[in-house]
Parts: sequence; C-alpha cells; structure tokens
Amino acid sequence: MHVNVKFFAILRDRAGVGQTSLELPAQATVSAAVEALAGQFPHIRQPLQRAAFAVNHSYVHGDRILNDGDELALIPPVSGGSGRFGRSNRCAQ
Amino acid sequence: MPAERDWIAVSSQPLDVAAAVAHVTDALAGGIDLFLGTTRQEQAEGGRQLLALDYEAYQEMALKQMQDLARRARARWPIVRLALLHRVGRVALGEPSVIIAVATPHRADAFEACRFLIDELKKDVAIWKKEIWADGSMTWVHPGGAQTADRG
Repeated sequence: MHVNVKFFAILRDRAGVGQTSLELPAQATVSAAVEALAGQFPHIRQPLQRAAFAVNHSYVHGDRILNDGDELALIPPVSGGSGRFGRSNRCAQ
Repeated sequence: MPAERDWIAVSSQPLDVAAAVAHVTDALAGGIDLFLGTTRQEQAEGGRQLLALDYEAYQEMALKQMQDLARRARARWPIVRLALLHRVGRVALGEPSVIIAVATPHRADAFEACRFLIDELKKDVAIWKKEIWADGSMTWVHPGGAQTADRG
C-alpha cells in the first residue's frame, strides 16, 4: 500500500523535504506510518511528539487505518493569523 | 447558503481590506464587522528585533477548514455575506495576515460571528508562522513551545 506524506513547518525543516511516500502493509494505522517516518527521518522525532495528523485533509487519531493512495500530513501546533499566540504560550528556547 | 456570498481564500498576495469590505457590503446587512490580524513588532531576549513573519499553509486543508468554519458560523448567525482571507509567505510588520469580514442584519450578530471566526481559525486551521529576526535567526511559532528553524 502506498501513502503520500506531507510535512509542514518545523517538521518540514527537520525532515529536509516537504513530502515523501511510504510503502506500508495493508491495514496499517497512522501511528504505524508515523513510526516508520520517525525511523526514516530521525530529526523529526522531537517535534513529532506534539504533532497532529490529517488524512485527506481532515484531522484523525493515530488508530485510523490508512488506505492505498491516502495523503497523510504531519501537523505541528498551528498558529494562523496574527500574534494571538504570544510569548506566554511559548517555552524558553 | 449561497456559496458565492462567502469569499474564502489563502493568498500570497497582500490582502485587500477595501475589497473584503466591498465583498460583504449588502443592502440586507445593517452591520459589518471587520477584523484584521496584523503582524506585531516583537523584541526577544537580548534585544533582537522581529523583521517579518513567514506564513505557511497546508493549502487544501486550510481552505476546507475555512469553508467548514463559514458553514458553522452560518448555522449560528444570520450572516448575509462574509470574507475569510489569509495571507501566506512573508508579511512585513504592521501588514494584515488575516481578514475576517462579516455582514449581518444587526450588529450584535456581526460582532459575535466575527469573534467566533477568528478564534476558531486560530485553533486548528493548518497555517503556521515563522518569525524572521533581524539577526538572521528564524523561529517557528508552535503554541506550546517555539522551535528554532534549522534552515530556510
């Protein structure tokens, strides 16, 4: 089974690519795909801990079963719009 | 719910406030509420200055989410017309990165719907921002913890 993967923001930077593709056994879950990606791109492991997942443009949980041709996206915490998520929500670097 | 009454877009072009207001202007509306989210001057520890913000969207998903937000708002308030516009790419300080414009028959609904739309948009629409600092450093803003960008 073939799944298309998209990385965004910090995860794209860490992966070094915006997208990739994965070959997975039938009935593989999102969590299994993510684990495979973390093996392939070790630098995404840390930001991955707070990431959400989307399949075909909708948020899903890790136990979601993937289908051939699905688009899986790794979504770091979002910050659309202007600076509402200000300093108070950030950790010290 | 006539779709042409909702102008929903993610664009790399500067946002046009007058065009958004013109879009929602309608004789059936007695109130138009306009929200602009603008990039804000920031100073980090050590005095480094913010130069700009870089916005990145998962375009297909963000548009779908914004359309869904418009549907949810229309289910709650008697919205005549609305505009929901988000910028991507580099946005200079003081420029709008998001515009929400809502027209309703009476003003209370316009205020409430506009507030709902911006609050929900910021919660889970797939758009991210990266701070570009004068010293050349860049930081992804991921609520819950900023992360220094590696490249770009």
